[in-house]
Amino acid sequence: MTTNPIMRVIARVNMPLMVVFAVYVQVHGEIGPGGGFQAGVIFAAAFILYGMVFGGAEMRRVFPRWISDAGSALGVLIYAGTGVYSMLMGYPFLDHVAIWPSNPGGAEPWGMVSVEWGVGITVACVMMTIFNEITEGTDDPPPGADTEMVPALHQNKTELG
Amino acid sequence: MELIQLHLPALIVVLPLVTGLLTALLGRGGRGWWISLGATGAVLAATLQLLAQVVYQGPQTVTYLMGNWPMPYGIGYVVDPLNAAVMATVALIGFVVTLYAGRSMAPEISPDRARYFWAVWQFCLVGLLGITITGDAFNFYVLLEISSLSTYTLIAMGHGRDRRALTAAIHYLVLGTIGACCYLVGIAYLYMVTGSLNFADIHARLADIYATWATDAPVYKKTIIAGFAFIMVGLSLKLALFPLHVWQPNAYTYAPAAVSALLAGTATKVGAYGMIRIVYSVMGTDFAFTFLRSDILLAACALMAILVGSLQAIKQTNAKKLLAYSSVGQIGYIALGIAANNVAGLQAAVIHIFNHALTKGAMFMALGCVLYRTGGVRLEHLRGLGRKMPLTCAAFLVGGMGLIGVPLTSGFVSKWYLVQSALERQWLAPAGVVLVGSILALVYVGRCAEAMYFGQRPENSPEVREAPLSMLVPTLLLAAASLYFGIDSGTTSRVSEAAAKFLLGVAP
Amino acid sequence: MTMRLVLDYYNYWVCIILMMVGFYGVMAKTNLVKKAIALGLFQTGILVFYITIGKVEGGTGPVTISGAPADAVYSNPLPHALMLTAIVVGVSTLAVAMALAVKIREKYGTIDDHDIHRLEHEMPD
Repeated sequence: MTTNPIMRVIARVNMPLMVVFAVYVQVHGEIGPGGGFQAGVIFAAAFILYGMVFGGAEMRRVFPRWISDAGSALGVLIYAGTGVYSMLMGYPFLDHVAIWPSNPGGAEPWGMVSVEWGVGITVACVMMTIFNEITEGTDDPPPGADTEMVPALHQNKTELG
Repeated sequence: MELIQLHLPALIVVLPLVTGLLTALLGRGGRGWWISLGATGAVLAATLQLLAQVVYQGPQTVTYLMGNWPMPYGIGYVVDPLNAAVMATVALIGFVVTLYAGRSMAPEISPDRARYFWAVWQFCLVGLLGITITGDAFNFYVLLEISSLSTYTLIAMGHGRDRRALTAAIHYLVLGTIGACCYLVGIAYLYMVTGSLNFADIHARLADIYATWATDAPVYKKTIIAGFAFIMVGLSLKLALFPLHVWQPNAYTYAPAAVSALLAGTATKVGAYGMIRIVYSVMGTDFAFTFLRSDILLAACALMAILVGSLQAIKQTNAKKLLAYSSVGQIGYIALGIAANNVAGLQAAVIHIFNHALTKGAMFMALGCVLYRTGGVRLEHLRGLGRKMPLTCAAFLVGGMGLIGVPLTSGFVSKWYLVQSALERQWLAPAGVVLVGSILALVYVGRCAEAMYFGQRPENSPEVREAPLSMLVPTLLLAAASLYFGIDSGTTSRVSEAAAKFLLGVAP
Repeated sequence: MTMRLVLDYYNYWVCIILMMVGFYGVMAKTNLVKKAIALGLFQTGILVFYITIGKVEGGTGPVTISGAPADAVYSNPLPHALMLTAIVVGVSTLAVAMALAVKIREKYGTIDDHDIHRLEHEMPD
């Protein structure tokens, strides 16, 4: 967390632009440079930048922990679900033709779009989960305190019970 | 039913992946365990079905194209007698240990984190099963890393009991990543030469290159040798073969009991499978063993592993560490079988992969029962347990006899084949070392057995009773299986013979 | 001769230097976080290695453009796709290493390998 006004203003201005750019990279993925990995990282970077400037707790208020936790599983599930759907229709795993059997050429992009959205969601959520895991309990130290990880120690003891 | 039959090879990997994700989403409370149990049970059934198909019914290979991309271009899953056997081993151990872990892991994980534990548990199996089934070199690497990353986390779960689990995990992480990277560099070299990542395709293209060496100046020789060396070093790290075994004892010792049993039964075995696959069906033994003579080096490492592992095991005072060092030695037997380059040697390797998974799994699970009741696994904790926990100690003893290779236990069968193959190669000293290894095993198993049956419970130690049924049943199950496959060796030798002859190209 | 060996294959030298710097760091640094960073460097060397073997001399980007000559040479896109996956693996490894380092800091109060070793040496087996 920082109290530097320049950082706070830049983070606040940049964050929505980064989110929009992430969505652009995501939807542009199957016809040009871009795709789920890149979009997910850019999306997560927007929130992590926000979290680094305003503190992890503030970030978790904006993007709640349960969404990023569930999203990291849900995204891969979308990916795997695309494949399992093909399997249920009697095609090999991840054979996108199953989505639109009468038009194989048209089915391929739709399969890719589904897979890329799954990847994008997972990468974004996993990045934020990593940030949350490492910062949770360590953020927002009282002003003037050094960055010792003492709160984490106490929190973890209770967790182990 | 037909649909399931069609997708069987893919289901083995996809099913635990999907259920693992569902566990992470929905597996609150005890549900995670039930989902894992169902998934591992289904995978076990699928692998047994595939094993029966490739060994008994034929044809010998089953191919599954991911996304319907034809094979050198896309990822293909190829089942043959060798990986069907290893897969069945992994799935069997996975299922039995999952059964056991429900009770054994309960004190180690906080209830709100349980679903992530079970998700990681299933991802570990996804990685291990995927490594065995995949026919693609890069897919192998990715699945290797999936299983390794889950393994690091699972080992670190032991930190509630002993904080050294964390350092064991991070040391394994550093070495395991270097090993995986070495594998990746090796694949890059082979890709430079062949332009292919499919195991079968690399093999065919390498064979063309070797054929030109007979007449012309050898081309790409240095590149292929470098690639082979990198891959072998990388896999040896995963396999915990002798000089590269340093990560293994601490990782097994400080991991939770169920995790130790899972790793000892599956992770290093899959590494051994990878080595067989690379040597026999990618590089070809003519290049690897006859041309490079790397069988001498591999055999030397294996013999050192047997001696050093067993000697180190003798001087341990922590029973879990003792078993971990014993695993280093047992891996040596498998590597010796691989180096022997004949049918009996490969049979010994495949049978020992299976038998050692059973015996070590049973022993680690028995120690888990001891840990659950007494709170420690040092030799003084074992003292006098023979009367207090008779069934647990019996399971431990049966496993121990398997390690020694007493006739009528499964260990005897694999050592029989191993000595036979060594004599076939006229390797007298290695055959002798195998026997010396058995004597050393007698010493370290004897130390535990002596403490259990002839030691006295320490003064003012709390009263202990037999382990809970939900932990005891899986332990006894594996011990009984180890006895059964020692008495009736027909199944294991039939399967291993099919695998060995398939790899060496001998008509069955 | 030596000069040519360096200049003609400079891309390979970059990989070798990156990998060896990383490898040195993994072995010589005692701080666990620095070890993890060095591991990342080691992996980056391999990424560069794969990218460099995918380059075809005179090849252009592997994207079909209307009006391109029929005999156009394209670079091999496969290593790039592989390395995308390897990058993800590398990030995951780094994340697990960092999470472990945080836990070790909580439990031992240090992330220095020597100090940890000394602390562990005093513990019973």
